[in-house]
Amino acid sequence: MIVGRVWRLGDDITTDHIIPGRLKYSSGSLEDMKKYVFNDLIPNFHESVKPGDVIVAGKNFGYGSSREHAARLLKIVGIGAVIASSFARIFYRNAVNVGLPVIEAEIEADQWDIVKVHLEEGKIENITKSLVFTFKPFPREILEIFEEGGIVEYFRRRGKFPWE
Amino acid sequence: MPMTMSEKILSKKAGRRVYPGEHIVADVDLVYAHDGTAPLTIEMIEELGLRELRSRAIFTIDHASPPPNVDAAANHRRMRDFASRWGVRIFDVGEGICHQVIPERGLVKPWDLVIGADSHTVTLGALGAFATGVGSTDAAIAMLTGKIWLKVPESIAVKVDGTLKNHVTAKDVILEVIGKLGSDGANYKAVEFLGSAVEAMSLDSKMVLANMSVEMGAKVAMIPTDGRTSEWLKERVGHFEGIWPDEEANYSAFYEFSAGEIKPNVSLPNSVDHVAPVEEVEGEEVDLVFIGSCSGGRFEDFLLASRIMRGRKLKEGVRCIAVPASKEVQMKLIDSGLMRSLLEFGCTVGPPTCGPCIGAHMGLAGPGETVVSTSTRNFPGRMGSPDSRVYLASPLTAAASAVEGKLTDPGRFLS
Repeated sequence: MIVGRVWRLGDDITTDHIIPGRLKYSSGSLEDMKKYVFNDLIPNFHESVKPGDVIVAGKNFGYGSSREHAARLLKIVGIGAVIASSFARIFYRNAVNVGLPVIEAEIEADQWDIVKVHLEEGKIENITKSLVFTFKPFPREILEIFEEGGIVEYFRRRGKFPWE
Repeated sequence: MPMTMSEKILSKKAGRRVYPGEHIVADVDLVYAHDGTAPLTIEMIEELGLRELRSRAIFTIDHASPPPNVDAAANHRRMRDFASRWGVRIFDVGEGICHQVIPERGLVKPWDLVIGADSHTVTLGALGAFATGVGSTDAAIAMLTGKIWLKVPESIAVKVDGTLKNHVTAKDVILEVIGKLGSDGANYKAVEFLGSAVEAMSLDSKMVLANMSVEMGAKVAMIPTDGRTSEWLKERVGHFEGIWPDEEANYSAFYEFSAGEIKPNVSLPNSVDHVAPVEEVEGEEVDLVFIGSCSGGRFEDFLLASRIMRGRKLKEGVRCIAVPASKEVQMKLIDSGLMRSLLEFGCTVGPPTCGPCIGAHMGLAGPGETVVSTSTRNFPGRMGSPDSRVYLASPLTAAASAVEGKLTDPGRFLS
C-alpha cells in the first residue's frame, strides 16, 4: 500500500526536468545526483520530499531521454508512485524495471492532498477530498516486479525473468 | 494478411505472426549503450551474476567525450575494462556518436532488431532496422539473454509526396510532422515514412526523419530500403535483404504532407512540438549556433550549412560550434575542403561527440542566451543554463542565423 502527499505537476514533464543532463554528466553516483532531482523546476525538492509521496501529473510524463536515472532517482528520493494521464514509453519501461509504480490514470488531486494507492485492486483514494478513482489493474508479471522492487531483484530471487 | 515493416520484423524475431497490442519476447541482433547509460548497464550485469552475453554488444564513448571531468574519465575506464573482459566491441573517444558510427561500420542492416540504451536509437530505422531505445537495465537483460519483451506497436504512416523547395531540408519536414502530431502524437507507435519525397532523400536525410521521430514518442521509425539506401548499405554490409511494407498494410492513422508546401521550420523554446515557420518568428538575437549531434551533425548537414557560409563571415559576438557526428564525417569534411570553409567562416570545430546537445560540455549556453541548434531537443536547460532559449532548426537556418546574428530564414540567401 502506498500512502503519501501529492506533488502536482503538469504535462510533458521531461527527463531533463527530473534530472538535467548537464548535472547528470558532472556527477558520479546516483547518490550524488539526488540533490539535483527536479533542480530546474522545484527548488530543494530532495529536501522536502517524504517517503511515499506521490507525483500526480498530466500527459506524457517522462518524455525525452532514455536515462534510467530519471526513474531510479525518483524511487531513491522516496517517491511511492507516479500517476499520470499518460507516460512516455521509455520512462514507463524503466520505471517498471526499477520497481517504481507508474499508473496511467486521470485523477482529481491538488498539491499536498493525501492519496492512497491500491496497486492490486487498481484503485486510488484521494483521502483529503474523499474521492475514489480506478485504473486498469496491472498484469500479474508487472505486479510481481513491483513487489520484488525491480526486475533485477526479481531475477535474483526467482532465477528467471518474468517472461521465461 | 498484409503487414507493416515493423510487424514483419517482429513476426520474424518472435518466430510467428504477431499483432499490434500483444506482448512478445523477441530475438535481438544487437544491443548498444554509451557512456551516459553503459555504467548502469554494467552495474546491472554484475548484479545479475550471469557469466556470459548472449547478444552482440557494443559500447560507444560519445556523450561526455573526451571526458570533461574526472568522474566521466572514471566511467570511461570502467567501460573499457568491462568491454575487454566481456568481449564487448567499443568505439572509444573520437570515433563518434553511437547512432552514426554503428551504421557506418556496417553493423546494422534491414530486418535487424536493435536495442539501444538511448532514446535516439530510432535513427537506425532509416536503414530498415526495428531499432528502439530502452534504459540501462533493459539493455543489460537484452545483452545477457539475447531477448527482449516488447509490446507490438500499432503502425502509423507519414507520407510525404512531391519535391522539397531548394532551401527546405529533412529537418524542416520532420519539424512540420512533429508540430502537427505533437510531442506524444506517436507515443508507443511505429512511424513508417512513405512517399516520393522520402524516397528521393539521401540516407543522411532519412536518418534525420527517423532520429527526430522519438520527439513525438515513436517506439520505432521505419523507412523502406530504396535505391540510395541500398547503395549505402551495399558498400558497408555486403549482402542484405531490403524491407518494404505490404501494399495493403494496416496503419491505424495515415498522415499526408505535401513536400512543396513545407517551409523552413523551427521548434520554439522550450518544446520540440512548438513549431513555427522561421519567416514568422525571425529576428531574435542569437548568441550560439550549434551544428552537430545525431540529428544534425552528418556530412550532408555541413554541406548544407556551407551553401550559406561559404564566402561569408560569422556575425561578430556569435559563437558557432560545429561538431561532426563521427570520425568518418570529420574525415569527409577534411577531404572535401569543407573543414576549411567552416573554419574560415568562423566556426569552432570540435571532435566527434554529442557535445552541447546534452549539455555535457563543448560550448554550453549561458544564462539569458539564445541558441539556434540542429540538435535534437530544446527542453529548458538542455544545452546549458535553464535560462537559455533553444531554437531547433535545419543547418540552413542555423547557418543563415550565424551570418545575421539573429534568427533568420535561409530563404533570404537561397531560393
